[in-house]
Amino acid sequence: MKRILLTASLVALTAVPALAARDQIRIVGSSTVYPFTTAVAEQFGKSTGMKTPVVESTGTGGGMKLFCAGVGEDTPDFTNASRHIKKAEFEDCVKNGVTDIVELEVGFDGLSVAQSKDAPALALTKQQLFLALAKEIPDKDGKLVANPNKTWKDVDASLPDVKIEVLGPPPTSGTRDSFAELALEAGALKFPAMADMKKADAKAFEKVWKSIREDGAYVEAGENDNLIVQKLVANPTALGIFGFSFVEQNANAIKDIPIDGVEAKYETIADGSYKMSRPLFIYAKKQHVGAIPGMAEFVAEYVSDKAIGQDGYLADKGLVTLPGAEADKTRAVAKDMTVITADGLK
Amino acid sequence: MTEVRNELVKKRYAAERRFKFYGAAALTLTALFLAALLVDVIIKGIPAFHETSVEIDVKVDPADVDPANLPGGNYDKMIKEAFRAEFPEVTGRAEKKALTGLLSTGGADSLRSMVTADPSIIGKTVTVPVLLGDDADLFLKGLLTEQKTVPGKATLHIARLEGEEGFVLTGDTTGEAAEKQLGLTPGDIVRFKGGAVRVTGVQNGYLKADPVLPPDPSVSMLDAGQWDVVSFSVPEANRRINDNQALWLDQLKSEGRVKNSFSWRFFEAGDSREPELAGIRGALIGSLLTVLVALSLALPLGIAAAVYLEEFAPKNKWTDLIEVNINNLAAVPSIIFGLLGLAVFLNFFGLPRSAPLVGGLVLALLVLPTIIIASRAALKAVPPSITEAALGVGASKQQAVFQHVLPLALPGIMTGTILGLARAFGETAPLLMIGMVAFIADIPQGFTSAATVLPVQVFLWSDLPEMAFKAKTAAAIIVLLVVLFALNAVAIYLRKRFERRW
Repeated sequence: MKRILLTASLVALTAVPALAARDQIRIVGSSTVYPFTTAVAEQFGKSTGMKTPVVESTGTGGGMKLFCAGVGEDTPDFTNASRHIKKAEFEDCVKNGVTDIVELEVGFDGLSVAQSKDAPALALTKQQLFLALAKEIPDKDGKLVANPNKTWKDVDASLPDVKIEVLGPPPTSGTRDSFAELALEAGALKFPAMADMKKADAKAFEKVWKSIREDGAYVEAGENDNLIVQKLVANPTALGIFGFSFVEQNANAIKDIPIDGVEAKYETIADGSYKMSRPLFIYAKKQHVGAIPGMAEFVAEYVSDKAIGQDGYLADKGLVTLPGAEADKTRAVAKDMTVITADGLK
Repeated sequence: MTEVRNELVKKRYAAERRFKFYGAAALTLTALFLAALLVDVIIKGIPAFHETSVEIDVKVDPADVDPANLPGGNYDKMIKEAFRAEFPEVTGRAEKKALTGLLSTGGADSLRSMVTADPSIIGKTVTVPVLLGDDADLFLKGLLTEQKTVPGKATLHIARLEGEEGFVLTGDTTGEAAEKQLGLTPGDIVRFKGGAVRVTGVQNGYLKADPVLPPDPSVSMLDAGQWDVVSFSVPEANRRINDNQALWLDQLKSEGRVKNSFSWRFFEAGDSREPELAGIRGALIGSLLTVLVALSLALPLGIAAAVYLEEFAPKNKWTDLIEVNINNLAAVPSIIFGLLGLAVFLNFFGLPRSAPLVGGLVLALLVLPTIIIASRAALKAVPPSITEAALGVGASKQQAVFQHVLPLALPGIMTGTILGLARAFGETAPLLMIGMVAFIADIPQGFTSAATVLPVQVFLWSDLPEMAFKAKTAAAIIVLLVVLFALNAVAIYLRKRFERRW
C-alpha cells in the first residue's frame, strides 16, 4: 500500500507542467470594489473568450503592496482601491520599477447608516454621530472628556431614549477608515473648539476623530456585512454601518437613516448631495500592456457604457455610476492610458 | 457511627447522580446546537439546489447565426425578442428593460447549446427553457415576499379618468363606500383578464387606481370572480421585483410555463457573479487537487518520519528536541503556514499564485505534524512481542518494522491521516496569503492553474450583497459537510475493518 502511495506522489509531482507564460489577468485589492471588478471580469471572459481574470480580495492597502512589488509575470496587473493611491505607495511603486500607473475612477460607493426596517424612523446628523461614537468629545468649555453619552437622548434631546449601539466594521477595514473620515471628522469640525484644534495641532485632532469608543457603544461586527444585516433584524434598536449596495439589495430587511437630512439613494450619491460617499478606482500597470494578453480589452470592458454607464450591469450590482462628464474623463484616460505622477498625491 | 456513614454514602451517590446529569445535559445541549446548525443550513441551502426557468418559443433567426461559428451567434437577442413578443402590451423602454431583466444574463446558454448540438433547427421555432434571474427566482420560490391572491367578491366598475393616467373603481350599489363593497385597501392590485391596476387612494366613496398592466380599454365592468385582489407582504419599494414584474411572473406561472428543476448547474459550473449561474465545481475540483497534493506529500513524509523516530532513532536530547518541536508545530496557528508558503514557495521558488500546487504544499506542512503524531501513536500501539518474534526468527530490524509492525499500524495511521486531511479541507486562513481567496470563474485544469477551495468559496459568497447568494452559501456549506462526513466515514470504516486489538 505504501509503495502505491509513494508512486502516486511521485507521479503527482512530476506531472506538473513547466510553468508557462501567464495568459490570465491577475487583479488584487479592495473588498469594496471586488463585487464590481468580478462582474466585469466575468463579462470579459464571456465576451472575449479569453481566460476569466483572477480577482483577489486583499483590501486596498494589501492590494497596493502586491501591485507595487514590481513588474513582471508574478505581480498583479490591476489593483482595486476604495481610495486614491497614497504618496508613500506611489514612491514604493516607483522604487520597485512600477513607474507607469494608470488611475481609472469607475464610480462611487456610498456609506450608509441603516437600521432594521421595523424600527421607528430616525434621522441623524454627522455631529450627532460624532457625539455618539467618538472616544473623546469636547465638553461645554471645549475640553476633551471621555464620551459620557449612553443613550441617543444624551446625544441630543430630540432623539429617542434608546441605548447607543452601532455595529460596524473592524479597524482593518477600509470602510471604517472612510466612515471616520467622512462622518466623524466632518462631525467634529462642527465644534468651534475642534476646528481651532485642527489649526493648532492637526495630529491631535486626527487622533480625536479617528478614535472610536471601545466601551460597547460601537460593536465591531466583522467584515461581513450580511452578518450585520442579520444582527440588525434581530435587534431593531441597533444601527449598522454599511456599503450602499448592501442597503439597496437588502431593502426588505433594513432601511437607510438620513444623514444631515439627505437619504442615501442612488441619485443623491451620484449628484453629490449625500456627503458620505467615496470614489472607487482601479489602477492598471501600463508596463504589462502587451505583455499580458487582454489588458487593453479588460480596461475597455470596464469603462464601456454597458458596464459603468447609467444603465450598465454594474449599476444593477449596486455601483453608483459616474455622471456623464466624469465617465467621459475616465474613458479618455483609458483610451490614452495616461499615467499618474506624484503631483497632488497625499 | 453508622448514621454518619449513611450520610456520606448518600452524599457520594448524590454527587455521582449530579455528575451523570451534568454529563447528559452537556451532551444534549451539544446535540441540540449541532441539530439547530444543521437544520438551519439545510433549510437555507435547499433553494439553491433548484433553479427556475421559463419556456419560451424562440425562432432561431438565420440572420443572427453564422453556421461557421455556431457558439458566436446572437442568441441573447433572439431570447429577448421572443420574450418581449410574449408581452406585446409592454412598450415603454423602462418596462421592456424590467421585463427582460427577469431573465438571467446566462439565459441564452440553453439555446446556444441546442443550436450547437443540432444546427438543423436554425430557421425553425423551438421551445427553449430560459433560466430566470436571481430576483425572479427568489420571488417564485416565495423568498422575496408573500403573495396573497383573493378572488373579487363583488361587481367592479372600472372607468378611465378624463385626461389623466389613472382609473376609477366603484362598486355596484351607490351610497356605500367602494372600498367596503370591493374589499380593497390602497396598495392592493386588482387583476383581471387584459390588465391590472393598483389602488392608490380613496376619494368620495370611490377608489382611484393606477395602471400596472395597461387594461384593455373595452373592459368597463367585471363580475365577482372575474377579477382577483393581489397583495404582497413587502411593499413594492422594498423588494427587487416590482409589481409589474411580479404580475408577469404570475401570468407565466399560471400558464404553466415556469419550470422548477434540480440545478445540475450548481455542480457543473464555476463561480459567477450572477447567483443563478454560480456553481461549486471550480471550488470542489480546486479542493480535491489541493488535498491530493497535500496527501501525496504529507503521507510518505509523515510515515517515514514517524517510523524513523519511533523505531530507529537513538533516544537522546536531539531527538527529544525534534519531538517537542513536532508537537509544538501541531499547535501553530494556520495563518503562519500561509506566511511561510508566501515567503518560501511564492517569493523564493517563484511558484504561481493561487495554484493548488502551492496550496497543497502549504496544507501538507500544516497536516504533517498531525500525521507524524498519529503515526507514532499507531506504531507504539503495536505490541513489542511482534518485533521480538520477527527478530527472533532472524529478521533484520528493517524487515521487522516494514513487514510486521508497519502493516499492523497502518489502520491507525490511515485514521490519523484522514482526520488530518479533513482539517486541511476546511482551512481558509493559510490560503489567503498565497492568493487562493479569489474570484475564479474558470474551472481549474491542473495543479498550476488558478483555483480556490470549498471553504473559501463559502467565505466569498457569504460576503456578497445579493440575497440569492445566502442560499448558495448554505448550499456550499452542505457540499463541504458532505465531503467531510464522507472522509470521516472512510476513517471509521478503515478503523473498524482493519483494526486489531491485543
